[in-house]
Amino acid sequence: MIKIENLHASINGKEILKGLNLTVNAGEVHAIMGPNGAGKSTLASVLAGREDYEITAGNVSFLDKDLLELSTEDRAREGLFLAFQYPVEIPGVSNVNFLRTALNEKRAYHGQDPISAKDFMALVREKSALVEIDPKLASRSVNEGFSGGEKKRNEIFQMAMLNPKLAVLDETDSGLDIDALRIVSQGVNALKSPENASIVITHYQRLLDYIIPDMVHVLYDGRIVKSGPKELALELEERGYDWIKESL
Amino acid sequence: MSNYTENELAQDLENQEYKFGFVTDIESDTVPVGLNEDIIRLISTKKNEPRWLLDYRLKSFAIWQQMTEPEWAHVQYQKPDFQAISYYSAPKQTKKYESWDDVEPELKETMKKLGISMEEQQRLTGVAVDFVMDSVSVATSFKEKLSELGIIFCSFSDAVQEHPELVQKYMGTVVPNTDNFYAALNSAVFTDGSFCYIPKGVRCPMELSTYFRINAGGTGQFERTLVVADEGAYVSYLEGCTAPQRDENQLHAAVVELIALQDAEIKYSTVQNWYPGDKDGKGGVFNFVTKRGLCETNSKISWTQVETGSAVTWKYPSCILKGDHSIGEFYSVAVTNNLQQADTGTKMVHLGKHTKSTIISKGISAGRSQNSYRGLVQINKSAHHARNFSQCDSLLMTDECGAHTFPYIECKNPTAKIEHEATTSKIGEDQLFYCMQRGISEEKAISLIVNGYCKEVLNQLPMEFAVEAQKLLAISLEGSVG
Repeated sequence: MIKIENLHASINGKEILKGLNLTVNAGEVHAIMGPNGAGKSTLASVLAGREDYEITAGNVSFLDKDLLELSTEDRAREGLFLAFQYPVEIPGVSNVNFLRTALNEKRAYHGQDPISAKDFMALVREKSALVEIDPKLASRSVNEGFSGGEKKRNEIFQMAMLNPKLAVLDETDSGLDIDALRIVSQGVNALKSPENASIVITHYQRLLDYIIPDMVHVLYDGRIVKSGPKELALELEERGYDWIKESL
Repeated sequence: MSNYTENELAQDLENQEYKFGFVTDIESDTVPVGLNEDIIRLISTKKNEPRWLLDYRLKSFAIWQQMTEPEWAHVQYQKPDFQAISYYSAPKQTKKYESWDDVEPELKETMKKLGISMEEQQRLTGVAVDFVMDSVSVATSFKEKLSELGIIFCSFSDAVQEHPELVQKYMGTVVPNTDNFYAALNSAVFTDGSFCYIPKGVRCPMELSTYFRINAGGTGQFERTLVVADEGAYVSYLEGCTAPQRDENQLHAAVVELIALQDAEIKYSTVQNWYPGDKDGKGGVFNFVTKRGLCETNSKISWTQVETGSAVTWKYPSCILKGDHSIGEFYSVAVTNNLQQADTGTKMVHLGKHTKSTIISKGISAGRSQNSYRGLVQINKSAHHARNFSQCDSLLMTDECGAHTFPYIECKNPTAKIEHEATTSKIGEDQLFYCMQRGISEEKAISLIVNGYCKEVLNQLPMEFAVEAQKLLAISLEGSVG
């Protein structure tokens, strides 16, 4: 699905990612954990194609394409989805209008006709039920006046609507109460299939009670310094990150 | 013919020129450049106007001569030479192109983007004579339907001939010829425009658009519009057009007067897309318009405008809330790009008790343009329990453009309630990135965000107009984020 090799990225001349390697195969869920400032969100932004970052070295192959050569929107159309840590408000633009535009841009990219209004509304109903989002939320402006939990749920709803190949969830659990966490996780799990994959970036182990990862990676100082099965997350929760720092 | 020399030919031509010179000019419906009383008399004569109207024009001209061009607006431009303008040209100059092939490809492309039908495109460029004929018949059937209800909707000139008593009664009552420099000029030299009268208690069943008026083309530089809604009447009036309007006339100084009598309602929507000049600010129309409405008891006037054109805009659609419980509304989107300058806003003058006004202004500045909101909320002594809500938002697309807000509030009655909100924001990199991460191209993302930002105003427009306005916004702002 995605293969990241020796990725170096910096912002304003400061290097954040310092030779990151990661391979995720179809059907897998990988968790990335790490202390503050390790470069977790930078990784998400770089993969999505945020312009503020400069890639100084490395390769990223996504579905056999050179990801770094693709524009932000083409990455999305190829099937990369980023669930934002801080979803952005777009006043006056309804969620449905936003999603329909996004969906049709993706379809056009793949040479498909625009989705009919009827099929689109059926899809909205189906997916909003999946993530237990009030269908009324779909007609409101994108994230405007949404609570923190609603925003995150809306991210998962958008993900369900766009049906990505690879979803990157950037601290989707931050700011969620336990019910919202359950619903968001259920959504992610329901969307899991042998054809797609997820990278779940998180601070805390508790999200991983709901989303069971195939692999857990520790990101520290711009590199993956330790990888292991899901039990690694529990160990991190118990012992913190210091023992890893010391072992380096 | 053998001895027909070059000299003789030259002489013949000279004679011909003399023969047809002045006379032909009149026949082709233009008068010599310059402005003086004789020119005004000539215009009035050509239009076969009654004496009172000529007197009004001459008086306006005398007033105008005493006035100086206003300089308080936040715009800079080369002042027009008023003696270098021809003040009368026939309203029939719609045929700007000989054939469809002569129309600039750029113009065709823009109209295609706007989704304007082929027929409509040809009509707008004044090419298809057939279709013009066609539209006349459409217009005629509409006119019949309207006249059954007693609604008068015609050119200003026709109104002067056919309904002089109405014109005389209302013209200049809202925008007097002493009002300002450009209004005085217009009052002296206006050539044509629109007139609309809705009788007592009649609800006009359709949106009145100049499109359906016979001889709609070539509105001219000094347009005059008068809309009167008699007691309990309702009308929604559409002005302008979303297609790009190329016009050689640099200066446009229109006057629009609305009169809403007791319990009446007028909705006046404008989409303005005059030629804004090129990227370097060359050419482009100066749009200096005076628009004002008078509200009698319990009546309502709503101004909605979407403006993307003109090199310089100077425009303040206003409401005089004279009657108790009357309501004034102003919804505006003003877009400036490249080197365009706009100084626009509204005046809400509260005279009656329990009068209410709402101002929603959305400015969008791109390129190196300057966009100013200038608004006056005036609560007079008599206006007990008046209320106003103003919201003025500015959106900046680049680092080089400017947005300015000049709100004036004068309150002479302590029972009034006035609210003013203003925001300025730059189009968010975060918003754009968010859209693009969902697979939406930058152009589409800008269009989405801008349309969302303007939604409160666009919602006020009639459906088809709103759709066109949305497309127009997208086109005006193409590639404008910096």
